[in-house]
Amino acid sequence: MSVGAAGPLITLVVVVVVFAALAPQFRTPGNIANILDAAAVLAVVTCGTTFVLLLGSIDLSAAGVMAASSLTVALLVENTRNGADHGLLGIVVAVLLGAALGGLSGLLLVLLRVPSFMTTLGVSAVGLGIATLLFAGVQPGVVDAGLRGWATGRFLGFTHLTWIAAACVLVGWVVQRHTRLGRYAMAIGGGEEVLALSGVRVAPYKVAVFTMAGAFYGLGAVMVTSQLGSGVVQAGADYSFSAITAAVVGGTLLVGGRGGVLHSTVGVLLLTVLANGLVLVGVSPYVQGGVQGLIVVVAVAAAAAPLRHRNQVVK
Amino acid sequence: MSAHPRAAVRPAPPVLEVRGLVKAYPGVRALDGVDLQVRRNEVLGLAGENGAGKSTLLKALVGLVRPDAGEIRVRGERVRLRSVQDAADHGIGMVFQEQSLVGNLTAAENIVLGSEGPGVRHGFYRWATMRRLAQEQLDKIGSTIDPLARTDSLTFAERQMVEIAKVLRIEQRTHDTPVVILDEPTSVLEPGEIETLFEQVRRLREFASVVFVSHRLDEVLDVCDRVYVLRGGRAVGEIRPAEAEPGRLHRMMIGSTAAEDHYHGGAATPVPPTREPLLTVRGLTGTTFRDVDLDVRAGEIVAVVGVHGSGREELCRALFGAVATSAGEVLLDGRKLALTGPRAACAAGVGYVPAERKIEGMVGPMSVADNMTLAKQGVRCAGPVVVPRRQAAVVDRWISRLSIRTPGRRTAIGRLSGGNQQKVVLARWLVGGDVRLLLLDHPTRGLDVGARSEVYRLMRELAGNGVATLLLADSLEEAIGMADRVVVMSDGRVTTEVPCPAGGKPSPLDLVKEMV
Repeated sequence: MSVGAAGPLITLVVVVVVFAALAPQFRTPGNIANILDAAAVLAVVTCGTTFVLLLGSIDLSAAGVMAASSLTVALLVENTRNGADHGLLGIVVAVLLGAALGGLSGLLLVLLRVPSFMTTLGVSAVGLGIATLLFAGVQPGVVDAGLRGWATGRFLGFTHLTWIAAACVLVGWVVQRHTRLGRYAMAIGGGEEVLALSGVRVAPYKVAVFTMAGAFYGLGAVMVTSQLGSGVVQAGADYSFSAITAAVVGGTLLVGGRGGVLHSTVGVLLLTVLANGLVLVGVSPYVQGGVQGLIVVVAVAAAAAPLRHRNQVVK
Repeated sequence: MSAHPRAAVRPAPPVLEVRGLVKAYPGVRALDGVDLQVRRNEVLGLAGENGAGKSTLLKALVGLVRPDAGEIRVRGERVRLRSVQDAADHGIGMVFQEQSLVGNLTAAENIVLGSEGPGVRHGFYRWATMRRLAQEQLDKIGSTIDPLARTDSLTFAERQMVEIAKVLRIEQRTHDTPVVILDEPTSVLEPGEIETLFEQVRRLREFASVVFVSHRLDEVLDVCDRVYVLRGGRAVGEIRPAEAEPGRLHRMMIGSTAAEDHYHGGAATPVPPTREPLLTVRGLTGTTFRDVDLDVRAGEIVAVVGVHGSGREELCRALFGAVATSAGEVLLDGRKLALTGPRAACAAGVGYVPAERKIEGMVGPMSVADNMTLAKQGVRCAGPVVVPRRQAAVVDRWISRLSIRTPGRRTAIGRLSGGNQQKVVLARWLVGGDVRLLLLDHPTRGLDVGARSEVYRLMRELAGNGVATLLLADSLEEAIGMADRVVVMSDGRVTTEVPCPAGGKPSPLDLVKEMV
């Protein structure tokens, strides 16, 4: 790993050390578990977004996909609105719905040649529409003990959500590192023309990446639903942009082919640690947002610094 | 029944044969009826100047360009090549000049890309198998590169070896001698690396036919069994290096020298050599050029010539401040020119016409007027506000002065012909009335003969008015025809300078010898 690639990790370590020195509460085991719990959903969503960014595409669909999946799971497990009690099956269906919506983004991209920025924004709106229809004015509360246990239950001191996120990161890393899908995603971002010249049909891999991203969003939505205890249209409201920010902060750049799941996870932890630490060191909640934004901009500039050159066109 | 007696003595058909291949683009016939044959286990050279049709021919051979007429035969059988894959299925593969590897993958992945075979099972990579498959390819060419190294961590020469190893995978698809095309493989290599490459080419000949493309004659003569010379989209000659003297090959490549009239030599104003230089470059060093010393006097046209990789394009951009330099200084009229960026150069009276007109030279959808006044906003503005009347006056004056054929100043520049676009781009530096030095990077690229002639006349007129010009010419004739002095660059250094006075022009042959 080069120094440039290690930048975000070094930043994370520095930030952790500074907070640990300034705030004794920050370094308690309980707070560390809190941070990891708070990072869990974003980590899962960012896993999906990372693969799309590796392609050199962008994905703004997390908000809508998560809304649709959140209501779907809430209405399929034991809930306060209908008699359904499908348990795990409901969760699987919600994840599959996410995958389908993600696949739709990918198909629109490769079939209609509409840039991913627009297709994913459109699919996000579709997802929100589905969620609003399912919501139908009455919020479904989750009764299912299993799903509620995801957020409340603990194993070795960490919530189940934390373990699910860790598993997702591991799966993401294996896919990125050891499967054709992951390696081709890298290659598409690194030089799509070369793949075409090597006789690879690129389109199916792009669709597969968007589908996989959608599945991660679906799972993220299930996790949020467990946390909130009900199916909510706003379940994924801020996640599209938070996930992109986390990925870029971690070194998964928008140009494609750079970074990866582990980089992005470092970004997720950095964002979460900042949010947690700024509270604990007593920064006024009124300036927290601004300070966080500044640190993010500096971190991104540092990550992109080795790629700068004169007269570079940046858009 | 026995075979027809003549069949026994008939030689096997060539591995690859091209007959009467034609490809026309708007305004230019890139291929004008090329015939050639590639035989089994030979190294065939293709030589020719820029624009001779080499790259179009190669693209046709690997299915990237579909010819308008003519045929391609592989082992006697007529084929239509629709894609690189088609070509590979017929055993034809190419190592591209601008390398085609994915930098963020390992060398092994690049070598087997698209045909991983047993390297992937159920979607999962089997790295040990991938490594072995790649190693087999690398062993064929005796390379010691680590297959699991990241490709962008390798040197340029190593990446070229990876490409050759990759191309040799076409052996798996054909039962006969594969054809490996190397497009300008030496252009960016160091001398030592070139020797290694030549050994490689000789090794390839043992089991493949090689097409070796270069504009460096010494290389072609050194490594090839047979050489075709291309000029103007045709194969104008075939040479066996053993019996060739380089002079003959030079003459074939260049053809007869164009008439000096074409370059308006009569309008040239001789510059007294005693005149103080307007531009003085001392020890300028960038990433692809080193220790460049250069003088250009007011009213003088100096052409810089050199093959691909000589560093002249980057030198030109560096003088405009568009790429960074690491050492040396530049004086304009005795004053130090800060190479901080194009802004400083513009302010000092330097103008730059980039080679890629459509990408860097103009904003296609914008009007002629806006393009012309892009660099010198002062001529059309009062403070920050554009004054349409002022802009109209300036632009219309230059449209008529340069005889720019356009429906009007509001027409989008993209709708004009190439020659008229280029005049607008040139006018951009003239409207301010303060231009001292023009850096012209292939100013006539892609223009037809008439438009070229007009650009030449304009250059003469500007020189007559005392503008110093640094020209990167499209061809050697152009450099010789236009320049008062020719500076030869090779491998990033100025190697020699040849005076080019009207009436005492050197021959292109003399220059070619200095360049290679």
